[in-house]
Amino acid sequence: MRLRRLLQSSRQMDAAKPSVIEPEALEDLIRALAARGFRVVGPTRRDGAIVYDDLDSAQDLPTGWTDEQAPGSYRLERREDEARFGYAVGPHSWKQFLMPARVRLWRASRNGEGFDVEEEPGPERPLALIGVRACELHAIAIQDRVLLGGRYADRDYAARREDTFVVAVNCFEPGGTCFCASMGTGPRVDAGYDLALTELLDGGHRLLAEPGSERGGEVLAELPRRPASQVDLDAAETATAGAAERMGRRLDTTDLRGLLARNLEHERWDEVAERCLTCGNCTLVCPTCFCTSVEEVTDLTGTAAERVRSWDSCFSLEYSYIHGGSVRPSARSRYRQWLTHKFGTWHDQFGSSGCVGCGRCIAWCPVGIDVTQELTAIRGGQDADD
Amino acid sequence: MQTIDEILREVPFFWGLESDHLELIAGCGANVAFKADDLLFRDGDPAETFYIVRHGSVALETFVPARGPFTIETLEEGEIIGWSWLFPPYRWHFDARALSLVRATAFDGACLRRKCGSDPRLGYELMTRFAQVVIERLQWTRMRLLDVYGYASAE
Amino acid sequence: MATPAPSELHAAPGAMAPRPFRVARRRRELRDTWTLELEPIGGDPLELEPGQFTMLYAFGIGEVPISVSGRIDGPLVHTVRAVGAVSRAICAARPGSVLGVRGPFGNAWPVGEAAGADVVVVAGGIGLAPLRPALYELLRRRGEYGEVALLYGSRTPADLLYRTELARLRGRFDLQVDVTVDSAEGGWRGKVGVVPKLVAGPRFDPASAVALVCGPEIMMHFTARALLERGLPPERIYLSMERNMRCGLGHCGHCQLGPTLICRDGPVYRYDELEQLMAVREL
Repeated sequence: MRLRRLLQSSRQMDAAKPSVIEPEALEDLIRALAARGFRVVGPTRRDGAIVYDDLDSAQDLPTGWTDEQAPGSYRLERREDEARFGYAVGPHSWKQFLMPARVRLWRASRNGEGFDVEEEPGPERPLALIGVRACELHAIAIQDRVLLGGRYADRDYAARREDTFVVAVNCFEPGGTCFCASMGTGPRVDAGYDLALTELLDGGHRLLAEPGSERGGEVLAELPRRPASQVDLDAAETATAGAAERMGRRLDTTDLRGLLARNLEHERWDEVAERCLTCGNCTLVCPTCFCTSVEEVTDLTGTAAERVRSWDSCFSLEYSYIHGGSVRPSARSRYRQWLTHKFGTWHDQFGSSGCVGCGRCIAWCPVGIDVTQELTAIRGGQDADD
Repeated sequence: MQTIDEILREVPFFWGLESDHLELIAGCGANVAFKADDLLFRDGDPAETFYIVRHGSVALETFVPARGPFTIETLEEGEIIGWSWLFPPYRWHFDARALSLVRATAFDGACLRRKCGSDPRLGYELMTRFAQVVIERLQWTRMRLLDVYGYASAE
Repeated sequence: MATPAPSELHAAPGAMAPRPFRVARRRRELRDTWTLELEPIGGDPLELEPGQFTMLYAFGIGEVPISVSGRIDGPLVHTVRAVGAVSRAICAARPGSVLGVRGPFGNAWPVGEAAGADVVVVAGGIGLAPLRPALYELLRRRGEYGEVALLYGSRTPADLLYRTELARLRGRFDLQVDVTVDSAEGGWRGKVGVVPKLVAGPRFDPASAVALVCGPEIMMHFTARALLERGLPPERIYLSMERNMRCGLGHCGHCQLGPTLICRDGPVYRYDELEQLMAVREL
């Protein structure tokens, strides 16, 4: 299955043929993918943020923009260059395409005493994701494990995930809230992509393009390009190494699972509960949060019914409702659930951490709660800001 | 036919008591029997006895106006009935009805109170044992207060 | 390159699509509880294990997780208490009407693993329903076990589930049965007291016995305590846990209990795994 191939290490792939393309060739890339029947989605500037949306052309890219992120703060700033990918991450993650916020799962209609169920067909076109960061690749792999790696595969996710073409980008501009280096998820991409781009600004604005799969190589072959020189390769290496050094945050991840399991009654939970609004923003922007709920929708005649799946958040009171009440009525318990799941019990349930260090939750928390700070406090250390 | 003394030695409630204390207590005891539906005692009556059930089942009941008798608890073989003899006003708080043929050993409360007066150590031994019973009954009663089976809408 | 072919997954029914099952029998158990016997409309009957549950669907209203409560080699049987919109609709489904079924999901009571030991089955209220399939299995393979005891209690005599069946079970010579109620109006000649109090009664060897417990969480907590006091180690006490459940597939996240997902790692848990989790409030 193509999925398995995508998840294999790209180093096994044709790494011998990295090329260099001009920024203008991104237009050719988008056209080539559209011509192959993909729905091309990627970054664009809208509503004061860099979001992910359908891309009609390379004009839609957030050329020359960057993001300034801090706890509870996200601002776009103009860059001095024309970098296409000169930002970190915005409020959107790729889960909005792979695991959309509202999806109809099936329709059913009455048939005598019984009913017939008609499952929703998959999307018309497979997705091509442009600008997937290393942390996001890991996030996608994490969601793959949750939704495809268990006893049951999520049918809708599998349909959307199948044949997804991934154009990854290596980060050269880490954000103020990024800590992928601590989580071991970046800034360099390592696997799960068809094509990896590294934007180089010094010595001529160009992009190093490395295929990560056979079809990635085929698409690359359609673009105007030249072979990459050692200078190009070294520049790319320097850029990503530099990014690793300039992370906005650091986190000591030593046995977080054990640490959290041992500290379920730590006083820090009371402290953060005084700030947390349980608004659930963190769960909305987090690329690995996968919780959903289902609702039944009927028409007035009662002969037709649908089941719709939508994003849910462990921060809502209804989430843990059973037998007349919520198991987690307090903000304290709900924040604890989220953090201990993300960094601790995710290991028990899915064999890895649930966090990829993208820092979205820190920027988009209205009160600026910083997970790296909370975890450091529970460990009993000082704040680990850079 | 067992003597009261022998009966006492078998009942876990009295384990750990010294021989002479057992004798003192036995001296206040007598074997009794009730037919099914006999009342052992009634709510409000003077409480001068406690029982150890040797066989059968006894229901502690209370009468709720317009609803009838309510069984608070049933006590079976080996269980103690009655601590009201230990504390003023020495009156029963519930009815006790035999649900079956009941054989029990009844202990004269007034007799025991006198003996405890002369021998405070005996009083202490009995008090700790009865406190244990009360605590256990309280635990079970509190559990029933939680009404664990009755919950509101689950959806 | 040609347009990628559509996924062949579209052909097979996904795990979120309910299968239609016809209500073959419907029987009122208690004032608010009904037992339904369901037959698949087309397709194979479900392969069941005692302790598992299905997601039962009332057309257009919703679905709820309900334990299997019949013989595992028989038709699909569910005992449902009407407490909300979905369960009320399920309880109202007359023979001939159709409900949706997904599953079965979850793990099983350790009936096989308990072979050679005494088994104590302790149920409170509707908790007897998820335990009944285990009891049937134990009785079907009676020779493999030592003492088998069933301890059961409910709120009042009117809330005793499967009462006729209980009376029949009581008549067996190879089964200890003890029943109690939390309170009773006059006329009840049985025991009145909480279920954990029954634990002191039956004959069994704590050195090797296995206990299967199901009921409201507090009742299970106190019952486990009483079993521990009788010398049963926590790794031989099994409880059935419940949380809000939406998918049964391990995808929606709702049924998390600490490091586990009840739909996947439960609902049957060993008490040594649970003891610490249950001690944390609002986990």
